[in-house]
Amino acid sequence: MSEETVAASGSTPNDMTGFVADWSSDQRAFKNVPWGKAMMWIFLLSDTFIFSCFLLSYMNVRMSTTVPWPNPSEVFALEAFGTPVPLLLIAIMTFILISSSGTMAMAVRFGYQKNRRVTTMLLIVTALFGMSFVGMQAFEWTKLIVEEGVRPWSNPMGAPQFGSVFFMVTGFHGFHVSVGVLFLFIVARKVWRGDFDTQKRGFFTSRKGNYEVVETMGLYWHFVDLVWVFIFAFFYLW
Amino acid sequence: MMVDVPVAEVAEVELYHAKSYWTKYVFSQDAKVIAIQYGGTAVAIGLVGLVLSWLMRLQLGFPDTFAFIDATDYYQFITVHGMIMVIYLLTALFLGGFGNYLIPLMVGARDMVFPYLNMVSYWVYLCAVLILVASFFVEGGPTGAGWTLYPPQSITEGTPGSEGGIILMLVSLALFIIGFTMGGLNYVVTVLQARTRGMTLMRLPLTVWGIFVATILALLAFPALFVGCIMMTLDKLLGTSFFMPEMISLGQQLEYDGGSPILFQHLFWFFGHPEVYIVALPAFGIVSDLLAVHARKNIFGYRMMVWAIVIIGALSFVVWAHHMYVSGMHPYFGFFFATTTLIIAVPTALKVYNWVLTLWHGDIHLTQPMLFSLAFLVTFINGGITGLFLGNVTVDVPLSDTMFVVAHFHMVMGIAPLMVVFGAIYHWYPKITGRMLHEGMGKFHFWVTFLGAYTIFLPLHYIGLQGVPRRYFEFGDTAFIPDSVTTLNAFVTVVTLTVGFAQIVFFYNMWRSYKHGKVAGDNPWGATTLEWQTAETPPGHGNFGEELPLVYRWAYDFSVPGAKNDFIPQNMPPGPDTNNH
Repeated sequence: MSEETVAASGSTPNDMTGFVADWSSDQRAFKNVPWGKAMMWIFLLSDTFIFSCFLLSYMNVRMSTTVPWPNPSEVFALEAFGTPVPLLLIAIMTFILISSSGTMAMAVRFGYQKNRRVTTMLLIVTALFGMSFVGMQAFEWTKLIVEEGVRPWSNPMGAPQFGSVFFMVTGFHGFHVSVGVLFLFIVARKVWRGDFDTQKRGFFTSRKGNYEVVETMGLYWHFVDLVWVFIFAFFYLW
Repeated sequence: MMVDVPVAEVAEVELYHAKSYWTKYVFSQDAKVIAIQYGGTAVAIGLVGLVLSWLMRLQLGFPDTFAFIDATDYYQFITVHGMIMVIYLLTALFLGGFGNYLIPLMVGARDMVFPYLNMVSYWVYLCAVLILVASFFVEGGPTGAGWTLYPPQSITEGTPGSEGGIILMLVSLALFIIGFTMGGLNYVVTVLQARTRGMTLMRLPLTVWGIFVATILALLAFPALFVGCIMMTLDKLLGTSFFMPEMISLGQQLEYDGGSPILFQHLFWFFGHPEVYIVALPAFGIVSDLLAVHARKNIFGYRMMVWAIVIIGALSFVVWAHHMYVSGMHPYFGFFFATTTLIIAVPTALKVYNWVLTLWHGDIHLTQPMLFSLAFLVTFINGGITGLFLGNVTVDVPLSDTMFVVAHFHMVMGIAPLMVVFGAIYHWYPKITGRMLHEGMGKFHFWVTFLGAYTIFLPLHYIGLQGVPRRYFEFGDTAFIPDSVTTLNAFVTVVTLTVGFAQIVFFYNMWRSYKHGKVAGDNPWGATTLEWQTAETPPGHGNFGEELPLVYRWAYDFSVPGAKNDFIPQNMPPGPDTNNH
């Protein structure tokens, strides 16, 4: 956002009077925030509650179960060069997902500069990062199910809740990533065709879009990354 | 006098113009049509809930009489009745129905900010309703676990509907939540970001405040239920043990091991308590506006009323475990939750005082909306005070799971919001259809419903205090239950049937007045808010004609000294007619 628009809205950063002025004004509480972006923020707040409930439930069943919890650094270890390396795959997955946040942020910037070629490329790179993340997750699931014999209802290493909660939460997160990848491709296609420049109407909504859509998409993507950080901490490090 | 006209910050978004009957009235993207679809569906499923309550009452009033009600049916009736009334009727009607109709009109917007999403919201809701109805037709019927669906019993063999009904119930709830989220995002963003020029948050009518805060509560509370539904579905279908401890059922050791049933209770009530306010806050907001309009007086303490709504909303997230005093949780938890529960009574009582003070010295017109608003006041005070009893651990423990609890929550979140629903329908029907509802039929409907509600639920308090438990199919010769209880149960059943059937008058009134009612005109009540200032009645596509209204004042300029009329619409500029107010 340019400095000019900040000045025009009558608010200066780090100043409570600006905050109060915005909220006591007419028309909009969040000045210069488009509808789509406001909606995404509120949706993410709601989604935060979903993931919080999942994680709190995980902590709860981990305490309520009567059988010892499997040791994550053993379960999630990967054989590399003949020695088991704990958390190897997860480290790579986490690195990839965090990197995808970087390319996404760059896509937003180039989008506002209306640089269609670079924006499209960055969006596709982000989507490919996302796809490789989901791919590795599929690999991890397969390994757990086929080699280690972990099932949602039982597992040979200890508490049955380990498998239930792991598949449920990483599955729900993986679903979020997959939906994100899908929409990244849709947005990339729109940017590539120049829909936001030619004011082409959306297929379903028949609304005209603009490059703010890229930022809204970015908000979702960063959120999915942030959630992963918590899942990583609570499932793999605890 | 010079008026500083603010600049429109957002260019008007081109509306979607329907090209055929289907896109105009069926797959409509107009919030007003969606509102009526939501409202109609909610009322239709609500009637199913009403019939279920009759069947329950038949069994309670006249046990061993009706062969077509056995214990299994009875449990299914109470479960589905509760679920329908709380979620599929009241939540959907207040937020999807009134929210959709009133928010854009009252804030001065042409439509919701995302009309397409809004349309999808309704269709997902309809699917949720149909799946709920479908559960009546699967093997084993709908779930009979009680509307709280507590595990382990809700999914273990022996509970009615544990075969398929419970799965359909959980899927239906999850769909409802998804559909609601789509609508809810719309309501919140519309209120925050799409108000007309001059409409500040502190000029919003309290109706909008109530619906707005309730929607935020719903967006933050439903996730807990959503997560609970997913986990219970997995417990049932995949055999996971989230909520299921090691247990023996029907002489068999089950496969489950190590789950926590209390976890579900926490998730359920983290949703369930805010849910009470999701239903109550819109009612608070609407009744504030009805009282002000029909007493021709500004609402007393508008700012206090707004902040009370916000504070009640916030507090409602830290009181949930008062539903779990008998679950065996740590006593200090009870101490904490009893304290927060009683603290909520402060902003709530403040609202009640302000309603009463709004009436004081008002020019009270005993119209149908006013009558129903007054009925709400009494009922809400009544239900609220029994809430103070139940909020205290020591009083709650002996009263827990008795008919007293049933009487309490029916008063406070059944009858009270329902009175507001009726009042609101009588109030806004002229705007929605352009015709007034018939007054005589309205009066009859009011007295039968209001007095009937008391005749039904006052005895239930007494029955509960006698220690009669709820959710019992029959009592037989139980020593501690006196004869008076048996007599009263029969009496209550007769009244329930009568009051239920009397609602036909209301529906006939709505049907007949649609064609033959007195023509209402644009603003029959002399109200100030923007929906009464539209160019056409009912409002056309885009709500306001060529130009969006400009707001100069709050919504409560009634009986301003020196003004020409006893009300000044929000979009009336200052001038000699308004006493420059």
